[in-house]
Amino acid sequence: MVFRTRRLAVASVAALAATALVAGCATGSGGSSTSGAKGDTLTLWTHNAGNSAELDVVKKIIKDFNGSQSTYKVELQAFPQSDYNNSVVAAASARKLPCLLDVDGPNVPNWAWGGYLAPIDVSGSEVPLSAQLPSTVGRYQGKVYAFGFYDVSLAFFARKSVLKEYGIRIPTLDKPWTKAEFDSALAKLKKSGKFPYPLEMGTGSLGEWYPYAYSPQLQSFGGDLIDRDGYQTASGTLDGKDAVEWATWFRSLVAKGYLSKKSGADPNKDFLAGKSALQWDGSWNAAKNAAKLGDDLAIIPPVDFGHGPKIGGASWQWAMSSTCSNKAGAQAWLKFARQTKYFVDYAEATGTIPATDAAAQQVDGYQPGGKFSVFTRFAREYAVVRPVTPAYPYISTEFQKAVQDILAGADPEKALGQATKDIDTNLKTNRY
Amino acid sequence: MTSYLRFFAGHVGRVVLALVFALPLVFMLVSSFKPDDQIFGDLGSLRAFLPVGALSLDNYTGVFERVPAARFLLNSVLISSITVVLGVIVNSLAAFALSRMRWPGRKLVLTAVIATLIVPFETFALPLVWWINQLPLLRVNGFHLEWTTGWMDTYQVQILPLVANAFSIFFFHQYFQSIPKEIDEAAIVDGAGWFTIYRRIVMPLSGPAVATVAILTFLPAWNSYLWPLMVVQSEELRPVMVGLSYFFQLNVSWGQIMAYSSMITVPILALFVAFQRSFVNSIASTGVKG
Repeated sequence: MVFRTRRLAVASVAALAATALVAGCATGSGGSSTSGAKGDTLTLWTHNAGNSAELDVVKKIIKDFNGSQSTYKVELQAFPQSDYNNSVVAAASARKLPCLLDVDGPNVPNWAWGGYLAPIDVSGSEVPLSAQLPSTVGRYQGKVYAFGFYDVSLAFFARKSVLKEYGIRIPTLDKPWTKAEFDSALAKLKKSGKFPYPLEMGTGSLGEWYPYAYSPQLQSFGGDLIDRDGYQTASGTLDGKDAVEWATWFRSLVAKGYLSKKSGADPNKDFLAGKSALQWDGSWNAAKNAAKLGDDLAIIPPVDFGHGPKIGGASWQWAMSSTCSNKAGAQAWLKFARQTKYFVDYAEATGTIPATDAAAQQVDGYQPGGKFSVFTRFAREYAVVRPVTPAYPYISTEFQKAVQDILAGADPEKALGQATKDIDTNLKTNRY
Repeated sequence: MTSYLRFFAGHVGRVVLALVFALPLVFMLVSSFKPDDQIFGDLGSLRAFLPVGALSLDNYTGVFERVPAARFLLNSVLISSITVVLGVIVNSLAAFALSRMRWPGRKLVLTAVIATLIVPFETFALPLVWWINQLPLLRVNGFHLEWTTGWMDTYQVQILPLVANAFSIFFFHQYFQSIPKEIDEAAIVDGAGWFTIYRRIVMPLSGPAVATVAILTFLPAWNSYLWPLMVVQSEELRPVMVGLSYFFQLNVSWGQIMAYSSMITVPILALFVAFQRSFVNSIASTGVKG
């Protein structure tokens, strides 16, 4: 018994010592307010793990930068895109953010507001910010937090031969389809019996695709995700008359059998296989479509539903963390990266729209008059950036839920009303 | 004749049920040898489940070119195995104390442990990240050891938070209850201490429970996705499930996804087949259904 008591005492002391050790160290460097660099070796995070095309460009810039000078060294850590944001949020909460990171354009205001990002100064770099497409520069409250090398654009893809066969006008930039024309085209295509669902809009894809793809149509109807005058309420814009009209029309696409409630796993494959006649998709699939369909491919501007054709703006951009312990090194990398040749490399590798005219001149298909140059005009003339507010991630989630409900048959007015109510509550609670 | 018909109908029913569960796995395995176009082309017919057409190992080659699959597999085997071993030890010890030893408040503690089952991991994932970032860490730096703080980006951060498990404790507790307590009393009379009773008597009698907890601990450790994604930044430390998300980028290759999925499913199937008998016995004897 004495032996057992002694063992218990030893164990208790050991446990106490371990607890004390943990507690003692908890006040140590874990509370450090800087991260992302060990001396002049900086860490860089990107969302491109598994996407070798874009990842190779990032690697090339890093290699060139590391070889161009002897002061700083940048090390790469690549994450899969699907939950990249979760990794960043977790790292931010643990104060373990890297010095350099990429960020999806619509998230820049939220991450800036949340204190993840620091404003950047890239003056003096080869490419001035003023030369970029406006949607490729991430700003918040008048400061620049990020810049991107490319943007993407939405468009309808179709086969010219199919449109011709059913007497459907091929729209142009100067004369896009009106709502009546679009509805009539869908009716004709459905009536042909050749397409189970003539329109493909990626309804099976979740996440940011929903606000990116569908909120421009809402905006073309006259609604919006939030009242952009002060960004203090969604009331009147997301649940107003125009927004309800859009949602009712959107629901009718499913009801009339024009659009699948939930598209297949790979909508672009379905379009190329002829299962759908019209695909609302991103410019990133343009080269693949052109390779498969050749001159039969029609790249069609967005429909003018009454307030002009609209598409979403802003794609992935580069930023510097606020906790970076070597901001000079991070700025040096950002400035170094801003060379036209890298804007070209990015656009070529990813099939996206080069962010500057100088780069566009060098990218096949994007030169003035090139087969993909329309995308640059779409981005310049139709792009609407998603709301520049820290509340955007919440707005995005609420919009996704509302659209899902509407597709599933919910009353459009009620679904948008609920989303509006939730967004307004969130705005009030957080006092953005 | 009637009993023969009943026997035959029962067999047909079981075969149909087996096919329902097996066909998705067959589809995955067969598709892993087909090019993408053929996978989609075969979808509308029985060919989707048959190894026909242009079969090759191209998807498997592609997997190894796209992700460090061997490294991810090794990491998952390591993380899951250690989690299982520690999980069995820690949870059975806790259950032993709650089930066999008499001390005030043990029912309250058991209730509290069971109550934690209703708290989803996602709700405390972020606070846990903050907490593990405060823990002391002994690291090898070159040729010497150094104390640092924070467990982010390590193997142990992927193991230790998964070790203590309320369901495993409850499961062991239920199983231990079925072992007669008179055995403990006899052992105490013979001079055995509690740890000897645990190690020499209770655990050797709890083989099925150990097998079940091993499987139930292995599965979430193997399938772990959100947690490693949040706490591990270095590619060389990532497990297989994080690797799966590498394939869901632009221009998804479904053949490669099927190949990778086949590679990471085989160890799970092997484990289940190895412990199948014990697993079923144990579930039946404890009356606990997962």
